[in-house]
Amino acid sequence: MVLFGAFGDVALSRGMKSVGALSLSQWTQVIHAIFTPWVGAGIILLLAFFIAYLSALSFADLTYVLPATAVGYILMAVLAKFFLHENISPWRWAGIALIALGVGFVTAGPAKTATARGVQDHPPPRVGSA
Amino acid sequence: MTNWHYTWGSILAVVVFSTAGDVLTSLAMKQSGDVGHLFHSNGLWATVKAVVGNATLWIGVAFMAMAFFALLFALSWSDVSLVAPASASLTFIANAIASKIFLREQVDRQRWLAAILVAAGVALVAR
Repeated sequence: MVLFGAFGDVALSRGMKSVGALSLSQWTQVIHAIFTPWVGAGIILLLAFFIAYLSALSFADLTYVLPATAVGYILMAVLAKFFLHENISPWRWAGIALIALGVGFVTAGPAKTATARGVQDHPPPRVGSA
Repeated sequence: MTNWHYTWGSILAVVVFSTAGDVLTSLAMKQSGDVGHLFHSNGLWATVKAVVGNATLWIGVAFMAMAFFALLFALSWSDVSLVAPASASLTFIANAIASKIFLREQVDRQRWLAAILVAAGVALVAR
């Protein structure tokens, strides 16, 4: 999830930078942007991210999955610096460090809310004969 | 309308749309149940059918698509290392509130603390 997400966003950014700034009056430009190679690659990577994300949501809380994947921002900052040559200020690095700390807090706790029927981590009943 | 308005306006749109999308897809996956267990007991086809056959998932995906287009606009106006962490982390805080209200998730002290730390991180990243 972390890898697909970070590489996908960076590919998208590279693509949109080569397309140039969009204007609201010419919003159809965004359709053409989808078919440029970098934006297309970004979309495929983010699709892979989405499948991993749905799988995680099936066995963990949304308030667990989202911060846990914030690890991706650290990777993205590194990618943005070396691949897109964006300037990451010390303040941005400090912000990224705080996000990482928040991730540490949430991953230390339980992944799923216990329900009235108990924590739902039992396998569903088998369909047909075993 | 300055570039600042465009950037933060589109970031706000990303936050609203993706929170709706995240909550709805999470609801759909909670209804489907653990895909790992589903896969082991019922096989791949039944798992895919259970997930894809849920209408709530597609409403969520529609919101995520709107969030994605808002993100494309934001990326064309500003740096990815500002737009992506700012929109997604603000989405995370909106999601903590929405998860507690709509999904009845137990957002305990550790999870709120994580939300505050990420919020502070966003403030610094956006400087």
